[in-house]
Amino acid sequence: MLYIPCPHCGLCNETEFHYGAEAGVAYPDPNALTDSEWAKYLHIRANPKGWFAERWVHFAGCGRWFNLWRNTITHEIGLAYLPFTTQPKAPGNTGQEGSRA
Amino acid sequence: MTNTPDTLPPGKIGRRKAAMLPEQPPQLWRSVKARKSYDVIIVGGGGHGLATAYYLAKNHGLSNIAVLEKGWLAGGNTARNTTIIRSNYLWDESAAIYEHSLKLWETLEEDLGYEMFFSQRGVLTLAHSVSDVRSKRRSFYANALNGIDCEWLTPAEVKKLVPIINISEDVRYPVHGATYQPRGGIAKHDWVAWGYAKAASDLGVDIIQGTEVTGFNIQNHKVQGVQTSQGDIAAGKVALVAAGHSSILANLAGFSIPIQSRPLQALVSPLYEQVLNTVVMSGAVHVYVSQAHKGELVMGAGTDAFNSYAQRGSFHVIEHQLAAALELFPIFSRAKVLRTWGGIVDIAPDASPIIGLTPVENLFINTGWGTGGFKATPGSGWLMAHTIAHGSPHELNRPFALDRFITGHLIDEHGAAGVAH
Repeated sequence: MLYIPCPHCGLCNETEFHYGAEAGVAYPDPNALTDSEWAKYLHIRANPKGWFAERWVHFAGCGRWFNLWRNTITHEIGLAYLPFTTQPKAPGNTGQEGSRA
Repeated sequence: MTNTPDTLPPGKIGRRKAAMLPEQPPQLWRSVKARKSYDVIIVGGGGHGLATAYYLAKNHGLSNIAVLEKGWLAGGNTARNTTIIRSNYLWDESAAIYEHSLKLWETLEEDLGYEMFFSQRGVLTLAHSVSDVRSKRRSFYANALNGIDCEWLTPAEVKKLVPIINISEDVRYPVHGATYQPRGGIAKHDWVAWGYAKAASDLGVDIIQGTEVTGFNIQNHKVQGVQTSQGDIAAGKVALVAAGHSSILANLAGFSIPIQSRPLQALVSPLYEQVLNTVVMSGAVHVYVSQAHKGELVMGAGTDAFNSYAQRGSFHVIEHQLAAALELFPIFSRAKVLRTWGGIVDIAPDASPIIGLTPVENLFINTGWGTGGFKATPGSGWLMAHTIAHGSPHELNRPFALDRFITGHLIDEHGAAGVAH
């Protein structure tokens, strides 16, 4: 069980949250994209081995979405931050070796 | 274990059976050092990779093949699944590809000359609500139209088949019916890998463990070889068959794939007398259970919600799975958990596999089998070998190409594949 720091409610059990995968994916203008660019927006998300900035929603608490740095090898939790704010740097140097090319 | 009468008896039968396991040959595969160059390099020494190598050699006459495995042979998902085999998928494309695999299973022991305890004891998939019944009956009719053996069972018929199951109405998830595929079953997973490894090695395939692929040599969008922890190896063709790490490898080769990697957990009990002679699955309550040949109960859980490469999952997922198992099988309440483990599964947006070409010439990929790759081991290897040998997909895996995410021809198997395998 992860303990996740909700920026609004503090540390809570993982079972109070739903997962939202990669954070910071901007919504594009669908009319401006080719089929393959649209497919990339729709289906391709980063899947790194190491630190990962990802989205969570605290459905059993404040009900709000936020972003979180979490390590996908060790399950260490890093900083939580609000959407549309500046992304803090990834903790440590474990890197994003598998981040989107 | 206590001696109360309602405790499951320790498995005397199990121990007798264990003593009856056939002896292994003194050597299963040749221990070799990597050569400087191969016609085909397969990245990933699990069941799918070894099967690919075997069928490349057997069906297509190639022998200058290497299988590179970063850890030990079949130490990933091949050794971490619940060994369920079936082909009762919803869509035509899936039914065709999984049925092709099931047919290969039916003659695999003879083909490889190696016993792997393939047991067609049937697979039961339970329905627990009105909507569950509707979707399972839809699958049942779809299977019938595709010529796949399938029966619809009432709760009383389920009880007849599985006497220890609880079909009372006053539980949280009552059994309202089930689909049943009699030809489904289980096999001994590590023996499957060993059988393929032995047969491939006998045909000249080099199996090289402890060698991690760390990069690719690519010129003019054409793969020339791989970089490994043991140095560079040239290759005419390269196949990525490394479930759990497909995204990492694809990124090293300069392209992205629509895959997310998640933990999937399972557990076994100690050996008990045989109480369950078929496979019981329930997608709605996230549990699937069978009793292996020696007598251990093998149970699978759902995936964790988050991406991970840790090969372990959350305790609450196991807790949820066991709560469901106990409601269905009250007799399990005194059984012990011997061991739990996790594997990392590569999941595509439509819960269907990706088998075929990549943006890099002569580089092929086989991934996205999600929570149910074990059953596909023979078929996946057979089709991957065809795709590599011909440089283009077989009719059966053409629909499972990477470009379906651009054309929109997704094969949505969340219903049949989502959790329960």
